[in-house]
Amino acid sequence: MTQYTKPLPTPDDFDKPYWTALKKHELRMQKCVDCGEIWFPPTPVCPACLSHNHEWIKLSGKGKIWSWVFFHQLYFPSFSDEIPYNVVAVKLDEGPLMTSNMVECKNEDIRCDMRVEVFFDDVTDLVTLPKFRPDGSAKPGS
Amino acid sequence: MKLRDIRDKTAIAGVGNTPFGALYKKRDPRRNAYTLGLEAFENALEDSGLHKEDIDGVIMSRIPSYSKMCVMAGIKNPRLTNVLEAEGRMSGIALQYAAMAVYTGMANVVACIYGNDGWSAGATYGSEPQMIDSYNSPFGMTSPGASLALMWQRHMHEYGTTAEDLGVLAISQRKFASMNLNAVMRTPLTMDQYMKSRYICYPLRIYDYCLINDGGVCLIVTSAERAKDCKKRPVYIMATGQAANHTPYYHAPDYGWNAMKLVADQVYTMAGVGPGEIDCAQIYDNFLPTVMLSLEGYGFCPKGESGRWIRGGRIELGGELPVNTSGGHCSESYMQGWALHAEAVRQLRGECGDRQVKDCEIVQYICSSPICSSHILRR
Repeated sequence: MTQYTKPLPTPDDFDKPYWTALKKHELRMQKCVDCGEIWFPPTPVCPACLSHNHEWIKLSGKGKIWSWVFFHQLYFPSFSDEIPYNVVAVKLDEGPLMTSNMVECKNEDIRCDMRVEVFFDDVTDLVTLPKFRPDGSAKPGS
Repeated sequence: MKLRDIRDKTAIAGVGNTPFGALYKKRDPRRNAYTLGLEAFENALEDSGLHKEDIDGVIMSRIPSYSKMCVMAGIKNPRLTNVLEAEGRMSGIALQYAAMAVYTGMANVVACIYGNDGWSAGATYGSEPQMIDSYNSPFGMTSPGASLALMWQRHMHEYGTTAEDLGVLAISQRKFASMNLNAVMRTPLTMDQYMKSRYICYPLRIYDYCLINDGGVCLIVTSAERAKDCKKRPVYIMATGQAANHTPYYHAPDYGWNAMKLVADQVYTMAGVGPGEIDCAQIYDNFLPTVMLSLEGYGFCPKGESGRWIRGGRIELGGELPVNTSGGHCSESYMQGWALHAEAVRQLRGECGDRQVKDCEIVQYICSSPICSSHILRR
């Protein structure tokens, strides 16, 4: 396997559960036990009520594409083989907006409001990135 | 506390800048934010007729050390000193803070100084190591331009705006730049050239992106009373306001309109005028969709209508609302809002030659970003 050279996340003390869950192929985010707010990216306290009391709930992994772009300009040399590559902003059914890439879908088939589901991409032995594919792509039993 | 009416109590008494087009011809590693800021400061002082000793407040941006800058400018004991972050949204904020300081008497004459050596220093916006973060970089996402591309893509989906709409704006700004001897890009642009230009981040093309060039700008702010004794006709600050839009990303699902509305309500109320009374607008164009979203967010046209609204010469010289009359960031100079302020002042003074807006009495500056800001200025 060739070495993975793209930028990797740098987990810190309070977002480690997010990355650990992804490794187990689960999309988990923080939910406030006191007010019910679900937020992302991870932060130490609930941004709605400042409660320190939150749990890492498992999300459906479903949502829709709020918007999308194709990068033609090379900013990260490690992406040179993929130009133009897509970047999507996915609005999860539970509320948060996240940045990702569409997989198992041609760039020209990406549309706003398209239903998508999470795809766990094990990019290295240690890191799994949450990517998305058209909803319903999962084969039974996979 | 009630918002106090500072309308017409403060004024811009001097503006200065470096050459832009001439500096763009050749990179020079000896150029830096200090030398550029200093040159702009000297020019602004000369423009105002004030002396260095009159300056008792200094607010800078993109200049690494306030101390070093003040040492170079010989400003020894200012009563107010600060340096704001290097982001373009700080230009409007610098002017606002200066007006607040002058209005409260915390300083009498404030020099707002900016220097940008991005061209000579080889700045590569979006590729800097400090931009790497866990939630965007692993997917190849970077640069505010890509966030504007996301917003424009969504805007086209929701409202039916088009790539050609941005082309109309790009061509209009270039036309203004062709009438500006100091502009970096002065060759007129056609729709065909625009549409055939390369994508940076689809759906945005290279002409939708600001330039990268060297330069400096300085604005000198003082009380309306004192400005009357300065060399040039005062430009009064009728209103100023800001509202932030702090979200996890540079792109905002509401296009930033909630924050823009807060600012619009404040400045139009404070100035006692509305969008229809603005003679010319200087609208922050880091990327051209920002201008479109601002025109809609401030009520110059209905939401989703900017593409149709800007057509037919409406934003050109002689039109209802000339926009970015210097050529803006995409054609004149990327001075992160600072040169747009200088242009606003010069339009109000009637100093703009071929691109002068006739009977220009009220100009609005608008910057839409994670901190939205606006001023309404009058002669």
